Amino acid sequence: MPPLESPIAPDAEPAQMPAADETPSAMSDASAVDAIARDESPRSILDDDSPRTPQSPGEIFRVFTRLALQGFGGVLPIAQRELVERERWLTREQFLEMLAVSQVLPGPNVVNLSLMFGDRAFGWRGGLAALGGMLLAPLGVVLLLTVAYAHYAQHPVIAGVLRGMGAVAAGLIFSTGVKLLPALRRNVLGAAPAYAFAVLMFACIALLRVPLAWMLGGLGGLAFAIAWRRLKP
Amino acid sequence: MTPLLSPLPAGSAWGGVFAQFLMLSLLSIGGAISTAPEMHRYLVDQHHWLSDEQFSAMVAIAQAAPGPNLLFVAVLGWGIGGALGMGVTMLGILLPSTTLTLAAARWGESRRHTRGVQAFVMGLAPLTVGLVLSTGFLLGRPAYANPWLLATMVATVVVCVRTKVSPLWLIAAGGLVGGFLG
Repeated sequence: MPPLESPIAPDAEPAQMPAADETPSAMSDASAVDAIARDESPRSILDDDSPRTPQSPGEIFRVFTRLALQGFGGVLPIAQRELVERERWLTREQFLEMLAVSQVLPGPNVVNLSLMFGDRAFGWRGGLAALGGMLLAPLGVVLLLTVAYAHYAQHPVIAGVLRGMGAVAAGLIFSTGVKLLPALRRNVLGAAPAYAFAVLMFACIALLRVPLAWMLGGLGGLAFAIAWRRLKP
Repeated sequence: MTPLLSPLPAGSAWGGVFAQFLMLSLLSIGGAISTAPEMHRYLVDQHHWLSDEQFSAMVAIAQAAPGPNLLFVAVLGWGIGGALGMGVTMLGILLPSTTLTLAAARWGESRRHTRGVQAFVMGLAPLTVGLVLSTGFLLGRPAYANPWLLATMVATVVVCVRTKVSPLWLIAAGGLVGGFLG
């Protein structure tokens, strides 16, 4: 059995963790079916760890175009929904892992995430397909909107509609965070400390407005140190 | 389009614009929107290529449109110089961060089972969840003053967590509520 996917706790039951190898060809149909079958444990639908893989850069381009065009006010909720819940190209844990790495690198999270996802599947061609899917069609839409906005910006109903859509967009992003919370259960930090870190991060960033860099350096450093100790072989 | 257009940067100024966005790309940890204040300083205060209102309107348009928030950079580029401006700003903001991301991702991928990378990824995971929650909370701030919009946001969270209803329907419903009550 190849090494397990991260992030999982060292004590996780191997049988529950199908080894989703990142090379698309590595998993035969039989073992994929196996993995899905094994996963029919009494967990919620959102807990499903079913590895599927994109078949071609073209498919990546199509899926990323589709998810980008649905992403009003932020693509992250749609990316989570499409990649984890619909296509099941990533488990919730893998999604969170990629997002975590995207977060500390410069550049927009979802753009970095697309790039990493595409690159893992098909090298630079996959990365380019994901990036193009993410950016090209929305670029066309945003330019059309720029032109339209110049005409209708002053209309109070339009302003109200935009505010209403903004409230929903904020709610969608918040829900994405709520849906990712259970992925912390299997974190090596231990479930309770991991939840505590998440709550502390929320309090400092959202309520106290501490700069992100301080939090990543301080709280992030502490979390890394604890994870490092607990991963002791 | 005319109401949004301003005097363009002259030919030689494009090198400076490109360099500025290359630098901003490397500073855009936590998303491109975190560099918006610096872009505002550069485009509005320093060079007067855009007015305050134009800048705000352009960011709002990009937020309302589908796709990554990063596209506000494209709208700003379009505003200062049409297709050329858009190409310069987008290439500038994307080139350094994508190169770095690919390099870092491949480096990390080849060492993903090492203790260091595992500790890094798992240590960051809870912070990432906290950050996503914070982003939702902060973007919702304009809604908190209006009970209808606040209710819309809360309802969105409940529906989205409990059901598989497409977010597009929720966005449409939000637009409707906002149009009447926002």
